[in-house]
Amino acid sequence: MIAVELQKMLRRPRTWVTILLLNALPTLVAVLLAVTDLGPRPGTGPAFLSAVLADGTLFPLAALAIILPLFLPIAVAVIAGDSVAGEAQSGTLRYLLVRPVGRTRLLVAKLISVVAFVLLAVVIVAATAYVVGSLLLGDQPLAASVSGTTLTPEQVAGRTVLAIGYITLSMLGVAAIALLLSTVTDSPLAAALGALAFLIASSLLLTLDAAEALQPYLPTRYWLSFVDLFRDPIFWRDILRGMGLQAVYVVVLVGAAWANFTTKDVTS
Amino acid sequence: MIRTTALTKRYGAILAVDGVSLDVRAGDIYGFLGANGSGKTTTVRMILGLVLATSGEVQLLGQQMPKGGRTALPQVGALVEGPAAYGHLSGRANLALLDAMGQGGVRRTRTRRIDDVLEQVGLAEVGRRPVKAYSLGMRQRLGLGAALLRQPRLLVLDEPTNGLDPQGIREIRELLLHLHARGTTVFLSSHLLAEVEQLCTRVGVLDRGRLVLQEDLANLQAPTGRTVVHTPDHDRARALLDGRIEHRDGDRLVIRGADAAELNALLVADGVRVTELGPERRTLEQVVLAATDTATGQVGA
Repeated sequence: MIAVELQKMLRRPRTWVTILLLNALPTLVAVLLAVTDLGPRPGTGPAFLSAVLADGTLFPLAALAIILPLFLPIAVAVIAGDSVAGEAQSGTLRYLLVRPVGRTRLLVAKLISVVAFVLLAVVIVAATAYVVGSLLLGDQPLAASVSGTTLTPEQVAGRTVLAIGYITLSMLGVAAIALLLSTVTDSPLAAALGALAFLIASSLLLTLDAAEALQPYLPTRYWLSFVDLFRDPIFWRDILRGMGLQAVYVVVLVGAAWANFTTKDVTS
Repeated sequence: MIRTTALTKRYGAILAVDGVSLDVRAGDIYGFLGANGSGKTTTVRMILGLVLATSGEVQLLGQQMPKGGRTALPQVGALVEGPAAYGHLSGRANLALLDAMGQGGVRRTRTRRIDDVLEQVGLAEVGRRPVKAYSLGMRQRLGLGAALLRQPRLLVLDEPTNGLDPQGIREIRELLLHLHARGTTVFLSSHLLAEVEQLCTRVGVLDRGRLVLQEDLANLQAPTGRTVVHTPDHDRARALLDGRIEHRDGDRLVIRGADAAELNALLVADGVRVTELGPERRTLEQVVLAATDTATGQVGA
């Protein structure tokens, strides 16, 4: 069942268009930087962007930092919001269920296929950015950590892999809320937009001092903590909190999705 | 094959299905009739475990639904409220995906089974085109093909001839009769009386959520004990058969008495010309209208 869902995801033209679009903005940024040679001053703009003019091999991290706050969550919300509601809207859900495919199984397969999509998208964005960065941007091996000490290229590579993993996990909360909404409504659009509304609310509350008490629990709170992987030594506290928080969101929201979906009348 | 007991579904204040006790036996072609909105589709969905009953029970192939769906549903082929497929994939790829899901789709025989059903439903030549390029009738055939993919013991079909041209309707009817002859039980829900009359051996009629009739078609269409005669000489016939004529409509006379041969001899001996003569049978339409009218009366009272 999981294999079938993955196959369905990979054979959908939309999956690849989304990934292509996710690559477009970082690539545009790289081209602009290469042409104008105008980098953001250190400490401003997306993380790592000030460093890439000197060392293009750091560009994958900059690319991930560019897509992380908005583009990637939109893509995840669209794909996860479509997962059950899309099948309901096209009428295929009823045929899956009378095959029969267990409702719990279907939900798990959908969640795994969304996670696989995120991982695929992040890896492709990082790989593309590596190629683009190496070709267009600086080639002095700078590899400075955020803390100022020097990292070996092996360390950078290892920590980039960790960052990819962490970013994928960070998207689980969005995926879970979109999946829950996807079992509630038969409209994929409503599910995706609902999940986005949730994220925008979270981002807004993060900027509000009066909401300080809520902030440790907001799903977007620790997203950019992947930067901490490039401190020397790695600053684990926020990363672990981020992972724990995403785990709580996944358990609660997927639990709710399960409770709703397994007792629901499928009338689509 | 399907047995429901006092099956009821309530949506808020609306009673969509009210105490329906269906009995579909092995070997039946069961016609499930009802107007649009009478609760047919909700009943079909409850039988398949898609909609959960408010009260009452469903037994599908001897399994309690929805719990026993894992055992029962692999032996059931279903077409519910129109076909559905992934538009960007070909008909063949859709069938392969569907077959790979859940248990029961043996991979070794998959290609051959897909070839077989595409042939059966008349899509062999377009199986590789993407479904979004299919016409409504082709989609309907593909949906039927998907239902046949695992050679089910029971077919549950909701409006299977929707969107088909007369030629297509005949092909599907022949296909269903062929499958029935090979031992498949068919449960066919429809609002087309003619379709059911031509195909089914047993009918159930649903009216506003209640099952108002469930009977073998042969019994419903049994002679009524009256004889219908068409004659241009109706005045002479009236004189001859005085008192036995129940109803006259132009050249058509309805006469009490089931013995058509005796009546024929009587008329001809007297020189009354007869153009048509035979025992009166009720059409399914009359039966259904009578059943739903009575039910309406009961609801009113």
